[in-house]
Amino acid sequence: MLTFVLKRLGLAVLVALTVSFISFSLLFLAGDPAAALAGETASGEDIEAVRELYGFDRPMIVQYADWLVSALQFDFGESYYFRLPVASLIVDRLSVTMTLGLCGITFALLTAVPLGVAAAIRPNSVIDRVALFLSVAGQAMPSFWFGLILIVVFAIRLGWLPASGASSPAHFIMPTIVLAYYAMPAIMRLTRAGMLDVLSSDYVRTARAKGAPEGRVLFRHALRNAIIPVVSLAAVQMGFMLGGSIVVESIFALHGAGYLAWESIARNDLPTVQALILVFSMFYIVFTFLADVLNAWLDPRMRSS
Amino acid sequence: MKTSWQKCGQGLAGVLLAATAATGAAWADKANDTLRVAFTKELENVDSYFNSSREGVVLQRAVWDGLIYRDPATNEYKGNLATSWEWIDDTTLEFKLREGVTFHNGEAFNADDVVYTVNFVAKAENGVKTQRNVNWMESAEKVDDYTVRIHLKEKFPAAIEFLSGPVSMYPDEYYAEVGPSGMGLEPVGTGPYKVVSVVPGQRFVLERNDSYHDSPKGQPSIANVDIRTIPDVNTQMAELFSGTLDLIWQVPADQAGKLAEMDRFTVKNESTMRVGYLTMDAAGRSGDTPFTDLRVRRAVNHAINREELVEALLKGASRVVSTPCFPSQFGCVEEAATTYEYDPKKARALLAEAGYPDGFTTELHAYRNRDYAEAIMSYLNAVGIKTDFKFLQYSALRDLNMKGEVPLAFLTWGSYSINDASAMVSQFFKHGSLDDARDDQVLADLSVADSSTDPDTRVAHYAKAIERITDQAYWAPMFSYNTNYVFTNEVDYAPTPDEVLRFTTMSWQ
Repeated sequence: MLTFVLKRLGLAVLVALTVSFISFSLLFLAGDPAAALAGETASGEDIEAVRELYGFDRPMIVQYADWLVSALQFDFGESYYFRLPVASLIVDRLSVTMTLGLCGITFALLTAVPLGVAAAIRPNSVIDRVALFLSVAGQAMPSFWFGLILIVVFAIRLGWLPASGASSPAHFIMPTIVLAYYAMPAIMRLTRAGMLDVLSSDYVRTARAKGAPEGRVLFRHALRNAIIPVVSLAAVQMGFMLGGSIVVESIFALHGAGYLAWESIARNDLPTVQALILVFSMFYIVFTFLADVLNAWLDPRMRSS
Repeated sequence: MKTSWQKCGQGLAGVLLAATAATGAAWADKANDTLRVAFTKELENVDSYFNSSREGVVLQRAVWDGLIYRDPATNEYKGNLATSWEWIDDTTLEFKLREGVTFHNGEAFNADDVVYTVNFVAKAENGVKTQRNVNWMESAEKVDDYTVRIHLKEKFPAAIEFLSGPVSMYPDEYYAEVGPSGMGLEPVGTGPYKVVSVVPGQRFVLERNDSYHDSPKGQPSIANVDIRTIPDVNTQMAELFSGTLDLIWQVPADQAGKLAEMDRFTVKNESTMRVGYLTMDAAGRSGDTPFTDLRVRRAVNHAINREELVEALLKGASRVVSTPCFPSQFGCVEEAATTYEYDPKKARALLAEAGYPDGFTTELHAYRNRDYAEAIMSYLNAVGIKTDFKFLQYSALRDLNMKGEVPLAFLTWGSYSINDASAMVSQFFKHGSLDDARDDQVLADLSVADSSTDPDTRVAHYAKAIERITDQAYWAPMFSYNTNYVFTNEVDYAPTPDEVLRFTTMSWQ
């Protein structure tokens, strides 16, 4: 198990390095950071001055090495745009995104898994149809539109919830629903398919033949096996949500990490983008790793392999 | 992490609570004497020398003062932190300063503040973001506590305009201590509003400066201003509807039209200094391009229906522009410009004459207003110029532009709200890296116009430059932009044509 963990960690470091290097090169190809920094009103000389000041005239590989050495000491530099330390900027924005991401995945799992199970128990029933309808609608409805509809209903018509901002728990309700609704269909369909598969398997028939109570059959025997792919999917969804949703964050004016990343790319704010990409890739790596461990715990067969 | 979970739990539990308690709309606004405003863009740094956005100008005018003030209605210059000024020679300006002014932190304003501010911002290595706002100044020198001289690098007649705009005065001791980052987080000025709190990029809370000096800006009326950044215009409108915002601006024409039909809101439209134009690679920097031929450039000018663009797309206070500058700018002589009426037949004939009877295909670059760009493309297509459309980020397009790799582009320029033709025409036609015309005659006229201290000489030479640029059709100037201000009926405000929100002139109805 230890070698497995160490191997996985080594791999994770390599993935993080590769991702950061590729993103660094891509950002260089995408535009001239000096021109972006100097701003709309800058002249050619201003831009040259900026280029020298920030060292953009050095070879890319040197700049990357420089960044890497600092990053290893948790020094991500200063944002070119805000002129504030990147680390504090990201911590500030991540708290919003993490709150939203955790709420979103929790809400998605709490609604999608029971619905998926219920749909599998009674295939083609009303509840299955409703679940199918919800998942098709969720897949088809763009989040910006769904978000605005919620705002129109709950903020303008009913006046129950604030339309935008992040200053109280109530501010997170609508964004959570929008974010979760986007993740729900896949989780629900996968739960349903897994459950249907498992419920028709021999060991479930055996369990029922033994006279095990239905609840025990469903949750101890069936769901535990059916949920394994859902765990992997939820881990990816979680990574996606913690990467921040640009759409949800900008509609609800949440100023999270996703919106920051999007804006920073447009501003050629290299230190911020680099640090964010590193953080986002770490999320994916950590959650995939945790999902593997969780799956190993759920399914003893995985532990030995 | 723990707090995130807690917040999440509270949030989910809050659904029921909210449903029953109905936290309700309208968190009292006029009652609290607090004006709630939305910004669309995240402002990088409140320190006005270290941002280049419109939002930054808005805060700059509220928090700080310049030595001089330009009345936005009459364009007349009045003393603000200075009471009078005179040119000692072509490159030296002497100011008598206003006495008894204090900064928000209690520091007294005097010549030392002016000297420190000017010497700091004029030094290129201090990295002021928009160098052309400050790089005409060499240094400042104290004559006595309330007399100061600013030395210019060379003759620069637009100095007064710049001193009434982007150059504001900072407290020397405080600025020396905290620098631009500190100033951005806890700004201190002499202006009509004090800054109560700053959440970088997200929220700015201002409070009326009750001991504001007798400034031509006028005394502030509204006690508090609460500004939040809300990137999505639909969300801004939702907040306006639900009574949690009082004023939004830069509202797109179609939305503003709908809002204008509602009784609760006032919609005001004002022009801005931003001009939209097509630039053509007349110098052939991008290789073999048809735009080196004058007839082709004139054909492009004849192909565009400027009136229709203004009426159907830009609407409001926008107007057709034929000059490579904004008509209100000093030196922007409209009569000098050749105007090209909409005449697709003539455009086709000119193209045929130039050897393109079936037209040609060219790249068209743009970075904003995709809808306008598409309309422009359809005009060009109609006369046979087919376009390979490239929509880029501003910085990327600018990069290509500087390298001279752009044959045809739809660009815009806002002149940083500086009411002098040098801020636009001289920016692009003096053989800099963005100059696709590279006309020596234009360069010569602009050089005289930019540096002469005699207003008549300036006007005459700008006129000659404009005449040459438009006759040679280096650009196809098209229209000016406008912006919509929407506010609740409780607010009284008359926007100015320079796209700067002035909280000082806002009041409750």
